[in-house]
Amino acid sequence: MGRAVAVIGTGQTKHGRRDDLSYPDLVREAVKKVFEDAGITPRDVDGVVYGSMPSMMEGVAYNHFYFADALRVVGKPLLRTETCGSTGQSVAHTAIHWVASGMADVILAIASEKENEGDAQATMMTILEPFLQVVIGGAPIAFSLQSREWMGYYHIDDAKAREAASIVSVDSHDGGLANPLAHIRVKLSKEDITNAPIITYPVRFYDVCPISDGACAVIFASEEKAKKICKKPAWVKGIGFRGEEYFIGDSSKAVWQSTIEASKEAYKEAGITNPLKELDVAEVYNPFSYQELMFLECLGLCPPGEAPDYVIKGTFSPGGELPCDPSGGVLCTNPIGAAGLIRVAEAALQVTGKAGEHQVEGAKLALSHAMGGAMQFNGVTILGSEL
Amino acid sequence: MAEQKEKPRKVAAMGMVPYEMALGPTWTRFFEGFKEKKILGTKCNKCGRVLVPARPFCSRCFEPMEEWVEVAQEGTIVTWSYVNYTYFGVTPDMIPLIGATIKLDGVDCGTGMWTQIGGFDIKDFELVTKKVKVGARVRAVWRRKRQGNFRDIDYWKIIE
Ligand SMILES: [Zn+2]
Repeated sequence: MGRAVAVIGTGQTKHGRRDDLSYPDLVREAVKKVFEDAGITPRDVDGVVYGSMPSMMEGVAYNHFYFADALRVVGKPLLRTETCGSTGQSVAHTAIHWVASGMADVILAIASEKENEGDAQATMMTILEPFLQVVIGGAPIAFSLQSREWMGYYHIDDAKAREAASIVSVDSHDGGLANPLAHIRVKLSKEDITNAPIITYPVRFYDVCPISDGACAVIFASEEKAKKICKKPAWVKGIGFRGEEYFIGDSSKAVWQSTIEASKEAYKEAGITNPLKELDVAEVYNPFSYQELMFLECLGLCPPGEAPDYVIKGTFSPGGELPCDPSGGVLCTNPIGAAGLIRVAEAALQVTGKAGEHQVEGAKLALSHAMGGAMQFNGVTILGSEL
Repeated sequence: MAEQKEKPRKVAAMGMVPYEMALGPTWTRFFEGFKEKKILGTKCNKCGRVLVPARPFCSRCFEPMEEWVEVAQEGTIVTWSYVNYTYFGVTPDMIPLIGATIKLDGVDCGTGMWTQIGGFDIKDFELVTKKVKVGARVRAVWRRKRQGNFRDIDYWKIIE
């Protein structure tokens, strides 16, 4: 994988409805924090990577031009990477590749979204061309169809899947409560979630992520620089990314090959053979609670078709064998372009013991993940406390 | 900084761009088939897959898919969802609706997101959960007037 790479700092905005700030001000909030956290200045940075959702969501084409000052990119090379929901993982991977290749020593990675300014669903409908695949539109139906496909494929009973999805939602919302930067911070019971109105069956209101504004910045550095600059870096142990064909019906979304293959590659690089046992915490991309169930299987964290059983027995709950999304996950905070990079930042906080109230005690090895494209891409980044 | 009295405000903005998107020969012919109540797929002569919508080339073999096949108008539900919420693209007159992916007989892929189940009182959710199941059989019901797009199939009817 080239040279060793570490995370030497992270910065997140307060996520939520941020119409108190212009978009460049929001980006600056995260960038300012990441420099404070890393204890370096923009002069120490060799290049910048940025990503967000497409122009339709941003209200301005190529928003990295608009943000140039906030990104501290003046006088430096800039790369833009975007893959829809998995943008944040792609941005992290671009920065990691850049440092691992030896072409740069310190790279600033930033991703952001001001989802409340535009219309997220309208943007989602432009992810697919308008004549072959979009008729009934939008992300909620796409991911509900995926969840039902998974339930149908493994003959998972509606009530059992419902119970597991509710537990995922309760745990995530408890995480959001413990995370001062999370957008949604409410205490919910299993009953609140199970009895919430149907959005796109089987998905109900509290199974769905919010519309959030937020930005995230992460600084990646080479081994030499990381050891010089940072007392406790989070080391990149392995990464994996996979894409799939464009037509959604062409391959199984229940046994999702891009998730399976991306995580296998990351585990191989990290030398992980039993991820459930070896990982201490996972930041799984969970914009829909049912989708997290499918991801737990495709990420190899439990056997295929058995995620509901594992969730119901508490494996992925706080205090369980592998706590998932202690930050509240995407279910509580979804600035889409940034969501995948927030997963990376949260994994870094966990393995460096800096996660505060939502810290998983003694976490040393963490998985972060995001999916994107037209249900097409999956990216995984594994961070650890030891090189 | 001096104390600021005004609440930060927003400005309205709008971007609208009309497009003329080329269908190309394959998708033109595919939608012409709809006008004649035909569902046309193309077959890859290397891997043998028949795909709907018809494809100009095989995504896996990268070979042209030039052999046209009229496929069955019956199939099996792979997955479905009940939409009872409005958001962009889903207006109040459209809901509730049942989106589904259907594997047509003899076709090697699912339909994706252009197929809807109907033909009974779908406002009755209890009835929906009784009738609509993964594995249930369905048949295409065409509109009387067809224009060569996906809306030409009014809905997919559950058959026993
Ligand atoms: Zn082929």
